Amino acid sequence: MPLLTLITFTPLVAALLVALIPRGASRAHGQAAFALSLVPFALSLLMLANFDAANTGFQMVEQASWIPEFGVSYRVGVDGISLFLVLLTTFLVPIVLLAGIGDVHKNTKEYNILMLLMQTGMIGALVATDLLLFYVFWEVMLIPMYFLVGVWGGERRIYAAVKLLLYTMVGSLLMLVAVLYLVWMHQQATGELTFDLARLYEVAAPLGTQRWLFAAFALAFAIKVPMFPLHTWLPDAHTEAPTGGSVILAGVLLKMGTYGFLRFAIPLFPQAAMEAMPIIAGLATVGIVYGALVCMIQPDMKRLIAYSSVSHLGFVMLGMAALNVEGVQGSLYQMLGHGLSTGALFLAVGVIYERRHTRLIAEFGGLWKQMPIYGGIFMVVMLSSVGLPGLNGFVGEFLILLGAFDTYPIAAVIAVSGVVLAAVYLLWMYQRVMLGPLDNPKNENLQDLSAREISVFAPLVVMMFVMGLYPQPFLSRMEPTVEAYLANLQAKLAVVRAVDGTSEAGDAFIEAATQAQGAPAARD
Amino acid sequence: MTEVDVSWSALLPLLLLSSTSVLVLLADLFLRGPSRAPLAWLGLVGLAATAASAISLWDVETTTLVGSFIVDRYGLFFVVLFCGATAVTLLMSMSFLEQTEIRTGDYYSLVLFSSVGMLLMAMAADLLVVFIGLEIMSVAAYALAGMQRSRSQSTEAALKYFLMGAFASGFLLFGIALLYGATGSTNLLTIAAVIEGKSVADDVLLAGGLGLLLVGFGFKIAAVPFHLWTPDVYEGSPTSVTAFMAVGVKAAAFAAFARIFLDVFGEPTPAWQGLLWVLAVLTMTVGNVTAVVQSNVKRMLAYSSIAHAGYLLVGVVVGGDAGGSALLFYIAAYAVMTLGAFAVLVAAGKADEPAETLDDLAGLGFRHPLLGLAMAVFMLSLAGIPPLVGFVGKLYLFSAAVNEGFIWLTVIGVLNSVVSVYYYAGVIVRMYMTAAPVDAVALPRRPAVALALVLTVVATIAAGVVPSALLQLAQASFTGLG
Repeated sequence: MPLLTLITFTPLVAALLVALIPRGASRAHGQAAFALSLVPFALSLLMLANFDAANTGFQMVEQASWIPEFGVSYRVGVDGISLFLVLLTTFLVPIVLLAGIGDVHKNTKEYNILMLLMQTGMIGALVATDLLLFYVFWEVMLIPMYFLVGVWGGERRIYAAVKLLLYTMVGSLLMLVAVLYLVWMHQQATGELTFDLARLYEVAAPLGTQRWLFAAFALAFAIKVPMFPLHTWLPDAHTEAPTGGSVILAGVLLKMGTYGFLRFAIPLFPQAAMEAMPIIAGLATVGIVYGALVCMIQPDMKRLIAYSSVSHLGFVMLGMAALNVEGVQGSLYQMLGHGLSTGALFLAVGVIYERRHTRLIAEFGGLWKQMPIYGGIFMVVMLSSVGLPGLNGFVGEFLILLGAFDTYPIAAVIAVSGVVLAAVYLLWMYQRVMLGPLDNPKNENLQDLSAREISVFAPLVVMMFVMGLYPQPFLSRMEPTVEAYLANLQAKLAVVRAVDGTSEAGDAFIEAATQAQGAPAARD
Repeated sequence: MTEVDVSWSALLPLLLLSSTSVLVLLADLFLRGPSRAPLAWLGLVGLAATAASAISLWDVETTTLVGSFIVDRYGLFFVVLFCGATAVTLLMSMSFLEQTEIRTGDYYSLVLFSSVGMLLMAMAADLLVVFIGLEIMSVAAYALAGMQRSRSQSTEAALKYFLMGAFASGFLLFGIALLYGATGSTNLLTIAAVIEGKSVADDVLLAGGLGLLLVGFGFKIAAVPFHLWTPDVYEGSPTSVTAFMAVGVKAAAFAAFARIFLDVFGEPTPAWQGLLWVLAVLTMTVGNVTAVVQSNVKRMLAYSSIAHAGYLLVGVVVGGDAGGSALLFYIAAYAVMTLGAFAVLVAAGKADEPAETLDDLAGLGFRHPLLGLAMAVFMLSLAGIPPLVGFVGKLYLFSAAVNEGFIWLTVIGVLNSVVSVYYYAGVIVRMYMTAAPVDAVALPRRPAVALALVLTVVATIAAGVVPSALLQLAQASFTGLG
């Protein structure tokens, strides 16, 4: 069974089905979309069951010719790095759609169609093992998000949507040039025109070229993560996006940046990546502290959570930059954990925004008295984001710090302050919103969570405990892949060092290639 | 006098198309009632026959009329493209003329006459035939630009277009004269044989002739700095005519331009390539940056068409089989999505007030979901978002450029694409993210332009998702050249 293809494209089919429902039936769109989105979720559980942890290569691989003229194929596969990110996506989308049944009031048809289209883009980008196929899915997931922010967003939605679009496009188009150059180099060396990732991994570019190509890839992914100082689009997009858009943006889209580093930028250009890692670790650390400090002064809850994402994603990048098993595993684990806890935080803010149409912390206070169930859930969610032991956030951050201490001890020490600050800004926000006297009369009639809303949060809260208390099933499926990944990386670097002892190893490669073609390397 | 050889079968597309034009002109006299739509249907039948005859010649390679007229895949590719573009133009014209006071049947025959000129330009093997084709195409287009006589902008457009066009023709003709002086012939094949092995730079006549030719074609393809007429003319002309000019006239000029510069003059000298490099960069940059500030969609699309001419010039700079076939693919892609964008404007017009500005599109996305969706598809495709045909076109062009070592040209090209995303997204913003005006009325049903939209939307998506067939076609058509 072409499992990965089914998981990727069932949301697209679902979107087409939702398109058939007439516009008038506003709740039906959400209900149908939710029901249909359970199909890819069920299929992804099947994928999990079929996953062989010991196999460190791509699994459930499918391949078909797509654009042979360009050497582009439809190639998909999943490994220990992408496995849980796919699951995170198929898990979060039904939750968001369920939440949307009550939260989205206008143009429900288009909203649900776009969500499902975006799911196809996200899963496709995660399972693609052909660079051009990846690029196509990467853009396909961007456009629906642009619409979600621009149509269903808040007051400054157009500004935020256009900013999101332009920031991402600058990065991704330069990455496309780098992809084309890489493919050309591979063709010069082997005579084979292909965008197949496995083949392109074999290209050993000279260091000077690697630096340029890595920079182009890194820019695209660093914008998406977003890494300090390229993060300014994120608070705008998050603040203006509708709740569902924020959840998916924080939960999955940002992970595409970190995933891109792991899957593409680092292994394709290992030498340049090794050079850049200290810079990335430094920027990640700045992002951790800066994001946390900015959180402290935010009056708007959504903006606060947006900046907390900058801080948390800093941890992900720091763990990755350590390039050891703990660091990378922690980084992967934190991607999942952040997806759950920040997604849930946005949903929690969405609940009171839906009731009061404001997200300003100052407007609230003492909500616990009125909404005890909500208060309890919000507390668990908040603590999971803080990184309380026993919840998901702790495991990832712990592993990241463990890994980072090994490679970048100073950065790790500074990053620890990010954990402390996270406790400060989140607990403080919680205190101001939920505890104390209920002194704003507008809050006196707030309804507690409905059954539907509880069922939105329930799976998230359960998973937070599972991932916090019993990380083994997750880590054991990542570990062999991560170990093999790092070993491959070391082997590549060792080969380069062995060839001539300097970092100019690839020059021979490109010279031979250029001579074979008889073409100048650059005419302009 | 040499005996004039005539191969009627090779001339079949030309004969079919020109007799259709004449037939439409005559049929107008016998048509009763106010509607001129039957003329358009007659034209469509003629175009279908022309395209079919061109396809039947696919495996033929020959010249006729003393070597002045050539049948090859390159020319036939363009003939089929012109037939398609003209057919879509006729369809949208049927819906557009209802919104204006244009009631005369000669509109349709002028469109068809213009397409005869395009066909001649694509199949010409002699510089004078190129010139005659260009004039037939242009004179008809001047008249079409001024058809909306109640609008002063339309008259202004016609006059401006005519004056600038006359200048361009002058440059072109002077260039042809110099080339004749340098080589002793106006026949492209003879010229190619004479200059074989010669360096263009050494021969003043040759270099001067080529330079003047470049200026002449530069006007027609609206390359910067010869583009200044474009925005006014595109804005002032009736929308359906603007679409025809943006696609047909530009493609025809590129057809002759690329045949002369990529085939006849072969491998370019570095200086010549450098000149084209600058022209390409200027054209795409000026086009894109200026498009950003436009509030009139027709004017914005005019600047966008300048920008796309810049991308197309990348194909000329790169040259070779890769650059040439990428150029052909991109022209086809550009034609489909640009025609579609203008067709949406036609469909979005009120009964007596054609849609032109961004405000006319406000809220369209949710008031008329299918129309909005079509426009969104065209805008995203023009911006180069996958998996639409515009993306494949840019990918093809830029990968050809990277393969030939034009890294900086490619980087400038993609940065230009980012700029273009801004204004194409601006249309989407208006359609989906701003409210409809309070006095918005439902648009009347317009089956003809709806058909045009279905065709262009399907082509934009299909050729983007499964581009192999069109890629092979473009490759086969260009590799057949020379």
